[in-house]
Amino acid sequence: MSRLSRNGLSLMTGPFTVRIRSDIPYVAEGLAQLYGQFVLSDLEFQDFYVSVKRPCGLRRWIAPKANFIYDGFRPFQPLPADQAFPMLEWGMNWCVSSHAHHFLIIHAAVVEKNGFAVILPAPPGSGKSTLCAGLVLSGWRLLSDELTLIDPATGLIHPLPRPISLKNQSIKIIQDFSRDAFLNRPSHDTAKGTVTHLRPPDDSVHRQQEPVKPGWVIFPKWQAEVEAALTPRSQAQTFIYLAQNAFNYSQLGERAFDAGTELIRQCDCYDFTYHALPDAIRMFDALAEGKKSIK
Amino acid sequence: MKLPLISEVLSNPALVSDLNLADWDVLVRQARRTGLLARLAETLKGSKWEASVPRQVRWHLEADHVLAERQKIAVRWEVSQIRDALMGLEAPVILLKGAAYVMAGMPAARGRLFSDVDILVPLEKINQAEAALMLAGWHAQAEDAYDERYYRLWMHEIPPMQHIRRGSVVDMHHAILPRTARYHPDPLKLRAAAVPIDSVPGLFVLQPVDMVLHAACHLFHDGELPHGLRDLSDMDLLLRYFGADRNFWTELPKRAAELELERPLFYALRYARYFFKTPVPIAVDVALNKAAPSLPYMMDAMFHRALGPEHDSYRDSFSRLARFAAYIRAHWLRMPPLMLARHLLHKALISRKEAPT
Repeated sequence: MSRLSRNGLSLMTGPFTVRIRSDIPYVAEGLAQLYGQFVLSDLEFQDFYVSVKRPCGLRRWIAPKANFIYDGFRPFQPLPADQAFPMLEWGMNWCVSSHAHHFLIIHAAVVEKNGFAVILPAPPGSGKSTLCAGLVLSGWRLLSDELTLIDPATGLIHPLPRPISLKNQSIKIIQDFSRDAFLNRPSHDTAKGTVTHLRPPDDSVHRQQEPVKPGWVIFPKWQAEVEAALTPRSQAQTFIYLAQNAFNYSQLGERAFDAGTELIRQCDCYDFTYHALPDAIRMFDALAEGKKSIK
Repeated sequence: MKLPLISEVLSNPALVSDLNLADWDVLVRQARRTGLLARLAETLKGSKWEASVPRQVRWHLEADHVLAERQKIAVRWEVSQIRDALMGLEAPVILLKGAAYVMAGMPAARGRLFSDVDILVPLEKINQAEAALMLAGWHAQAEDAYDERYYRLWMHEIPPMQHIRRGSVVDMHHAILPRTARYHPDPLKLRAAAVPIDSVPGLFVLQPVDMVLHAACHLFHDGELPHGLRDLSDMDLLLRYFGADRNFWTELPKRAAELELERPLFYALRYARYFFKTPVPIAVDVALNKAAPSLPYMMDAMFHRALGPEHDSYRDSFSRLARFAAYIRAHWLRMPPLMLARHLLHKALISRKEAPT
């Protein structure tokens, strides 16, 4: 804690080093519980300097707030102190999505098995994070639950296996799904409802420097009382959706177009509806087995 | 105060071969904060110093290089759209600042990031031009009624116009200083000397001396300090480029006197030289001698801090005060005291927008 509040803690998360400082116990607790398996980096060069701090002044005691600070600059309005840990997570996502333009960055979860990645893009509320968490707790490797990082030069996807954010009902679903799941203390009443984070599996973190080939783009949609079903979808439409949901498509221009078309060329694209998580995971496992035999 | 590392490296890139990782850490952070990371990237790219960029640092330069390249394409496109929209105006449309540097293919376009395209049109044509841009999709976006009035009545530009689909922003000016400002450089004189851009018929840029004077007056009269060091780096590149022509240096102080812009020019040259070691002939100093402020060392103390990176690595106990003083000074020059008091009061109490301190 004292190290965190004074010099800060430097972590290696996927391709990025980040130095985190905070004087808020909730942040220290979240880091200890969810980032224990990450390697501390002792480099003199850090990619991002972030801190989460209580603002000074009277408000500190009346309605405690937390500020996210990126190298001395505040990109967001303060949030209630109860949201300090999610704020750190959102802030670190912002650091990557608004600076790392050497990647094409798509807003999507991404997991891997047998050497191929499944990209799970979907609007909020579709059950993307729940499915991602379920897969990761069933032997799939976590690459990221929010940011799919594609290297335009190689077409490979780079992992950023930070904690998975779970919201509202999915918290209970995941707790019931696996006894191995460790979730930290939830924050209530955030812009996204109740939010907690799932500790990423040790193996995913140890392999965070291993990029992987894309295999599928699958749009999950949770629906009450449906059988799990995969329906092929148009590659062109999938491309357009990915472009619209990339953080930096317009900043990258032609590079993004090339990287996106190359990605789609290598991927099978599906819509996926599901109700029960175990059924969903069986279908995904079968997909991964199929790819294995092609390989 | 020691010079910031980013300005030392931009004026002498060979320095990078002696930097350790901790120095690079400071350099990249200062470059990011000042909006000069893309310029640093383009200065090093393809140079003999590129090999001394450490592995961990490369992506930062690469990412901003990608951004700057793409923005150049976007600016060319926006400029062509603006030109098409203003075709029927029957008045010269003059590009200012970044867009001018790109369209005229000048070194000051190197690694330049943009937030908007600035244009200058005659005051009597401004309503017609606004209507034409609105038809093409740009709409003036004042923050509130006060802002709207502030722009329309007192400023040298109308509120920024944002494109409804592309989000691009045009800043349309009719003069280079506010109507309420201390000095009134005559826009007619600027227009009369403007130079057509070969690649885009119908569009103009200011002649070299005027381009420098406008940049100077923007820097030292407009209070746009968050971009201070980047604008000063533009100034450095402009002066090195135009300065190759000897006539430029005799012309510059003369034109400054004619447009009542000697003081801002004095500052621009003084601080370009301080931060970027820009070569300026002594004869120009002599010509501008009478424009020097009465307390140059006090102004130095203020500008050395206020123009440098607003970053922990370039801060001392006076930095905050210096920035605040520079902000007040810029506003002081923009409008008469009573109006200033009212404006600052409004900004502090009513507008949600935070004043830069």
